[in-house]
Amino acid sequence: MFSFLSYNAQSVLFSTFLLGMAAGVIGSFAYWKRQSLMSDALSHAALPGVVLGFTILGEKNLFVMIIGAAITALLGAFLIQWIRSSSRVKEDAAMGIVLSVFFGLGIMLLTFANRMPGGNQSGLDSFIFGQAASMVSKDVWTMMTVAIIVLLLTVLLFKEWKIFLFDPSFAKGLGISTAGMNVLYMATLVLVIVVGIQAVGVILMAALLIIPSVSARYWTESFKIMVLLSALFGGASGMIGTFLSTIGKGWPTGPFIVVTAASVFLISLFLGSKKGLAVVFFQQKKQRKSMELVKMTREVEQ
Amino acid sequence: MSYAGWILLTASLVGLSCGLIGVLLILRRMAMMADAISHTVLLGIVCAYLITRELTGIHMLIGAVIAGLITAIVIQWLHTRGVQQEASIGIVFTTLFAIGVILIATKVGNAHLDVKHTLMGEITFIPWERVEVPLLGSIPEAVVLLTAVLVVVLFVIIAFYKEWKITSFDPALAASLGIPVILMHYLFMSLVSLTTVAAFDAVGAIMVVAMLITPAAAAYLWTDRLSFLFLLSSIFGILSAFIGYYMAVWLDTSISGAMAFSTGIIFMISFLGSPKYGVLAKFISRRKPNQRTYKIS
Repeated sequence: MFSFLSYNAQSVLFSTFLLGMAAGVIGSFAYWKRQSLMSDALSHAALPGVVLGFTILGEKNLFVMIIGAAITALLGAFLIQWIRSSSRVKEDAAMGIVLSVFFGLGIMLLTFANRMPGGNQSGLDSFIFGQAASMVSKDVWTMMTVAIIVLLLTVLLFKEWKIFLFDPSFAKGLGISTAGMNVLYMATLVLVIVVGIQAVGVILMAALLIIPSVSARYWTESFKIMVLLSALFGGASGMIGTFLSTIGKGWPTGPFIVVTAASVFLISLFLGSKKGLAVVFFQQKKQRKSMELVKMTREVEQ
Repeated sequence: MSYAGWILLTASLVGLSCGLIGVLLILRRMAMMADAISHTVLLGIVCAYLITRELTGIHMLIGAVIAGLITAIVIQWLHTRGVQQEASIGIVFTTLFAIGVILIATKVGNAHLDVKHTLMGEITFIPWERVEVPLLGSIPEAVVLLTAVLVVVLFVIIAFYKEWKITSFDPALAASLGIPVILMHYLFMSLVSLTTVAAFDAVGAIMVVAMLITPAAAAYLWTDRLSFLFLLSSIFGILSAFIGYYMAVWLDTSISGAMAFSTGIIFMISFLGSPKYGVLAKFISRRKPNQRTYKIS
């Protein structure tokens, strides 16, 4: 597949595939925790960290930027939690506040960084919409490693994740630390977001977490298969979207990944075997028919 | 008026109309809906541009209101089909926003629209793009647009003040009183879209969210009365516009970013120091009852 592409392009495609898989998996956890928009807030909150990481070092080093992004994203998560728990402001407003204020701070810092020597060429702007073309092989390796770690964590601890998500009190009874699982969940969520922003961008990263998991819901009732499908959809969207964005020069990657994921969602919404519109339509038709049959027999009996 | 004066006036108008709308957003718990609409408005503007090939006032407004309403309707429809509210917001706005960005990046990219502009706004260019207004002379186009939207917002809020109050605090009661709750909902969504698109040019898609949600959330920590909420929220909106502008001039940085950041400062001050619902006040009042019981016993 894609053998006509250069080695570099192939490895970028493969890394966005892995990233999409990891995002799909963590996204379905977030879906069950009803925290889909939390990922949106966190990815916006990562922007000031990315730029700070650049400013401190004076050059683009993905590892330092990831650490910066993780710090501000976690700070954002902490603030949302704090505002929600100790004031009358509701969670959605708290997320909106953190999202927009952190993003504003990020834009402020970005203006500084762009004035620094070398700042303008470093492609800091590409962190907003994602630019897979700007990734060098070191970035590709970082992204792959993180994605593989996240995927391994899910596979190895799958039973724990499942119990933690569906029955936290049972998990406690089994001796699984829910606080520990919460930390692990937050850590993996933030990790996936911060490695993903270079390819997908801070604004649209949340979509890669949300859309595949919701699409997967239309095909299955089983959690395990849902996670698997979500990973598959996410991976496919990541890879196809990246490929599409390389067709034109300077096209941003993120939007193409999101539109690919959205197409998968639309197909699932209409044709999904569990709750898809077509299935529901035929079920209702069948029901109506059987109702009519019952009515007719009753009339005949009378 | 001077260059800085026009910028401050524009930013204050943004703060004022966003602050007013924000109060209803907070009370109706629709903060993230505002986030969604502020993103999809971009697609509305792009489509309006593709159809009319013009980037001025009324086309943009119509396109944005249509996009905002479609967003609200699709989110609602997905929600009734069993998708979690949060997830359906997340799907709809990211997708529509992505389509908008792709259209800009591929098709109309070399025209007047560009992605960075729509995200961060270009308030520094606003004083240059002027139109002639009878009696007042030459005035920046954005100021005219924002004033018009502010008048509409004020009119709709004041004319239906009682209805907004009841539908926001007790939708069930409102429905039983015969107030058209759903119609009010979509009227409100149109107002949000109008405000967003008017503010778009000045502060960009994401900073609009800061102006919409944060001053109102800060005001919500100071008072319980709806009229005071509107008043305080608009004051906070204007205040953050001023603080943001001077901070940006002082640090030589993005004005819209600094404005968003200063809404955050005002919120943090309210969150910590508000005498009614602030963290410090709560901390003190938590210690007081203990002392009292100690005295009684």
